[in-house]
Amino acid sequence: MLLNIYIDWAFVLEKFLLVAVIVTLSLVIAMYTTYAERKVAAWLQDRRGPNRAGPFGLLQPLADGGKLFFKEEIIPLASSKFLFILGPSLAMITATLTSAVIPWGTSLHLFGRDISLQIADVNIGILYIFGVVSLGVYGIMIGGWASNNKFSLLAAIRGASQMISYELAMGLALIALLMMTGSLQMSVIVKNQVANGWHIIYQPLGFLIFFVCALAECNRTPFDLAEAENELNFGYHQEYSSMKLGFYLFAEYINMFISSAVMSTLYFGGYDIPFVNEAAWNIDANLLALIGFAVLMAKTFFFLFVFLWIRWTIPRFRYDQLMNLGWKKLIPLALINMVVTAAVILWLKK
Amino acid sequence: MQLTQRAKQVDRRPMTFVESLYLWNIAKGMWITFTHLFKKRPTINYPEQTRSFSKVFRGLHVLNRDAEGRENCTACGLCAVACPAEAITMEAAERLPGEENLYREEKYAAKYEINMLRCIFCGLCEEACPKDAIYLSQTFAPANYGRKGFIYKKDELLIPHPVNDPQGYQKAREEKSGKVK
Repeated sequence: MLLNIYIDWAFVLEKFLLVAVIVTLSLVIAMYTTYAERKVAAWLQDRRGPNRAGPFGLLQPLADGGKLFFKEEIIPLASSKFLFILGPSLAMITATLTSAVIPWGTSLHLFGRDISLQIADVNIGILYIFGVVSLGVYGIMIGGWASNNKFSLLAAIRGASQMISYELAMGLALIALLMMTGSLQMSVIVKNQVANGWHIIYQPLGFLIFFVCALAECNRTPFDLAEAENELNFGYHQEYSSMKLGFYLFAEYINMFISSAVMSTLYFGGYDIPFVNEAAWNIDANLLALIGFAVLMAKTFFFLFVFLWIRWTIPRFRYDQLMNLGWKKLIPLALINMVVTAAVILWLKK
Repeated sequence: MQLTQRAKQVDRRPMTFVESLYLWNIAKGMWITFTHLFKKRPTINYPEQTRSFSKVFRGLHVLNRDAEGRENCTACGLCAVACPAEAITMEAAERLPGEENLYREEKYAAKYEINMLRCIFCGLCEEACPKDAIYLSQTFAPANYGRKGFIYKKDELLIPHPVNDPQGYQKAREEKSGKVK
């Protein structure tokens, strides 16, 4: 029988649950990153930050979200309505998609099954992330175009060209990493680090380039020229209101979370617990997997903090400085890094 | 020609290579902001905590009563005359028999209004008053939704009755401006 395909329902259920958990988790973390952003901003500026909604202002993100939902929804008459709605949806979808290939931990043993804490262990993991992230440009471009506002369009073009230029250097920095691991698979990259030490030791320059490019990809200060909210009153989401605007802003925070997780995975050992050999511990594998997950989260939160810290320290680059840095500094540096890594690998193999 | 003493020569040298990578300077800047994480915050959480006023802070007016709860004011109008902002209006009335427990003297203020938007809180009304009927306290006018709400009438100005509400009366007396606690 042709249609008699065997479906492992437990597998489907397990993946479905994992997707639900990961997406919910990234949404909640993105929500509380907005809170952390305001708190960190306040602390760095000797203020107190939001402290009225709930204890320590912890309900502030809920209040903000509720406010956005109840705001009037304005769709400009001259906009193309379908694309106008598609823009923020695309931004949100691409932001949540990337979490699929990140290994959030080793596997759990439950009900006699081995449940991997990675949704899809595809062998092109990094390429998948790159592919999805570059789709994120469409969210910005379509939003800017559909608004039928020349300033939105200009900001969208600026954002798109920035993202494309920095993707180059990012990719080049990654090639050096891939030469070391010999695989694009995220789980292999993490296992390689567990065995041989974190990639940050071997690729400090590569990490630096990757980090700078990640800032640019997420449209974060000092590369937030697409928004530049305090000088060009908003950028590509100028015409958006209500939760559509919220989606754009929210997608940015999810992107921050995901790129922090990717950085911890690629360069800081993922779920590897630093300075100890956890395989020698004689404890339950499930517990170990959970500890590994917590460790990955700690690394991710550290990078999230660095994102915020940078935002409230460094002023925005001028556009020509941005392009100079991208094309004339980061790409040559990444190339040199790549060539040197390749040479060292060849020399070690000889 | 130098126009001011504060003029500074702008450094227009091109950036060195290290500077053009921005990294070192960024690290310096980030260290500065990082130290601010641990600094003491000067903020006072306003509605819960308040900054204490000076002892001579002049705030809202209070229309005084004597120890038996009779209003001191005789509507002589000296406060209105003294007022440089012309914020005070009043209407006098004669005390009728049987009202001796309400007003101390034969004449009293039937209407007494202070426009808090005009008032400059100089305290000249308090100085002008021969009967100790008006004084300034250490509270200030709360916000209001309309301009009319800032015209304070007698019911807002009068001190709580010392016999019926001794605690309120005591509290209001303690907020008297210039009183050494």
